[in-house]
Amino acid sequence: MTEFDGKITDFRGLLHPLNRRRFLQGASALAGAAAVGAANAPAPAYADDKVLNLLSWPGHGDPAFVKPFEDKYGVKVVAKEYVGGEPMLALMNQSPPGSFDVVLADAEYIHMLQEGGFIDKMNPADYPLADYWPEFQHFPPHWVGEDLYSVMIRFGYLGIAYRTDVLSAQDVESYKVLWDEKIKGKVGFFDWYLPTMGCLSLYDGNSKPFDISADAFDKLKKTMFSLKPQASGFYSMADQFSMLTNGTAAAIPGIGDWVVLLLQKNGVPVSATVPKEGGIQWTESMSIVSSSTKKDLAKAFIQYASSPEGQARSAILPAYWASIPNKKGWEVLNKEHPADAKALRLTFDERNVMDEYKDGKIHIRQTPVQQSIEDWNDAWSEFKAM
Amino acid sequence: MRFAAVWGLPPLLWQLAFFVTPLGFLVAMTFWSVKNFRLIPDATLANWRFILNAGFFRSAYVYTFWLAALTALIASLVAFPAAYTLAYRLKPATRRFLIFMLVVPFFTSYPVRIYSTQIFFSPEGIINALIAPLGFGPVSVLNTPTGTVVGYLVLTLPLVVLLQTFALMNVPKTLIEAAHNLGCGRLRTILTVIVPSARVGLIVAATFTFVLAFGDYVAPLYLGGSKPPTLSILIADQVKSGNHWPRASVVAAIMILTLIVVMTGMLGLAYGRRGGRR
Repeated sequence: MTEFDGKITDFRGLLHPLNRRRFLQGASALAGAAAVGAANAPAPAYADDKVLNLLSWPGHGDPAFVKPFEDKYGVKVVAKEYVGGEPMLALMNQSPPGSFDVVLADAEYIHMLQEGGFIDKMNPADYPLADYWPEFQHFPPHWVGEDLYSVMIRFGYLGIAYRTDVLSAQDVESYKVLWDEKIKGKVGFFDWYLPTMGCLSLYDGNSKPFDISADAFDKLKKTMFSLKPQASGFYSMADQFSMLTNGTAAAIPGIGDWVVLLLQKNGVPVSATVPKEGGIQWTESMSIVSSSTKKDLAKAFIQYASSPEGQARSAILPAYWASIPNKKGWEVLNKEHPADAKALRLTFDERNVMDEYKDGKIHIRQTPVQQSIEDWNDAWSEFKAM
Repeated sequence: MRFAAVWGLPPLLWQLAFFVTPLGFLVAMTFWSVKNFRLIPDATLANWRFILNAGFFRSAYVYTFWLAALTALIASLVAFPAAYTLAYRLKPATRRFLIFMLVVPFFTSYPVRIYSTQIFFSPEGIINALIAPLGFGPVSVLNTPTGTVVGYLVLTLPLVVLLQTFALMNVPKTLIEAAHNLGCGRLRTILTVIVPSARVGLIVAATFTFVLAFGDYVAPLYLGGSKPPTLSILIADQVKSGNHWPRASVVAAIMILTLIVVMTGMLGLAYGRRGGRR
């Protein structure tokens, strides 16, 4: 028998270092992993009375935020996470009734949820709206006529996030910097059409960035497509953090403090700004899901989230930071986490986020008005594939 | 016959339940429509018309096909010397050990391996740190087609080496010895005796690579930065933007059709008669 005859026909030889018992252990571990995977599957989550089911952007089920609520009510908050308003709408549409008790959605989708009959009317007196900054006490996207459908929990501004070792504060005074030779191949994008196209629409000079004519929409597409040679990539939520950190992206339009504040805390040389053409405001708001069987608990959760303590904790959510609309929440934050309040510009004695709002540079994010969501999405797909 | 029926039936039923039925459902869904993010059973050709006419679909199709073919070629060429060494040059014990080592990568899940590859290729990553003192770089691989191909190779290369090794080991040794005895040089033996004899295995390995790369979602997303997107990313995008499962199904159906055509062609090449040389 020469070595050429050594064909492997018996694969047990390969298993030599693994005896049968270990092999079985491995197999059962695999089966276990599969079972855990199944348990993580979305919707018809838990009919359990001791569970509050939350549909939200990533990070809102974090113990750092929900623990006091869980302790007080002896319940567990289980969050199903999504990225982007359209996946949220899809989940609301597809999930069996009763899957969620509270939905945290961006303000621009509240009307769609209301029209679809997915969320309940709320009693304004149940929530501390009087403690909110006046600008946000009667926030239009949350109201249908005189009826309230959602309570604002967090907000933030979107402009340009950039590496301070590559670009200066003067550089980023205008969105024009995105076309700068210096950052060719280093302009990253958050892979969601709405924030980026909103900022570029402002650059195009549209005073209502989401309510634009067919001609302005064509121009917006041209503006966007001309950025392609500058592009470094299209990133998921998590990838934006790593790409700014490792320098693959030197600038990302359509994002803001929600990405850079945490990175700054880790010593990454990044900053965010609202350029002179203006910025977009994102808003996260909570509503009670109509099909919930635990509406009292849902109400209590939103009361907690809008309370001073809930607000302060939500502002420094480990997943991503944000501004909060409740002034008393600002007070708690300034008392307990003064450095974080300063970083977030939620202080009373210096220029703060509300001043920027008053400057009139901030435009509330909306879904497209004159075109369909599909039209904007298709333009985005086309941009990505160029 | 009864033996075949009893033992052959369960896998057949399995395939029927978990492959053929969903496939039928997928094809049916290509004719559905979406209203207010809700799927409506329908019989419309609108999804097919939209996808086939979309410029971004066409460019993604060409790009994905080209990259998968390139990966199959690179993987086959790179794997061959390794497979040759494994098959002919090593002691059985060493060979067994190395074959075992080629299976080890499959112990960790593929997305985890791709994420760790990011660390190697980031601008301040391991590779740039190593070549900088030598006066090279920095090389940028992340968010480029090169990154995507690297990811595809991470997925497929161990498998191709294994398949090629088994193919080479199955070449009758007598043929090789006859070639040597008749004074045929090593390279010529490889080209005229070994490769033609191992043809089926080599082609199957390349086809496998193509199939895996063509449908992969992880590498083009995390190493290629979706720039440009491949078909698998397009599927995810259609679902993400507006819950458009029907359009996503069209892309998937076209991908499956492509793979069937490619597989048929490749298997024809593998098993077909080759100009009467044998």
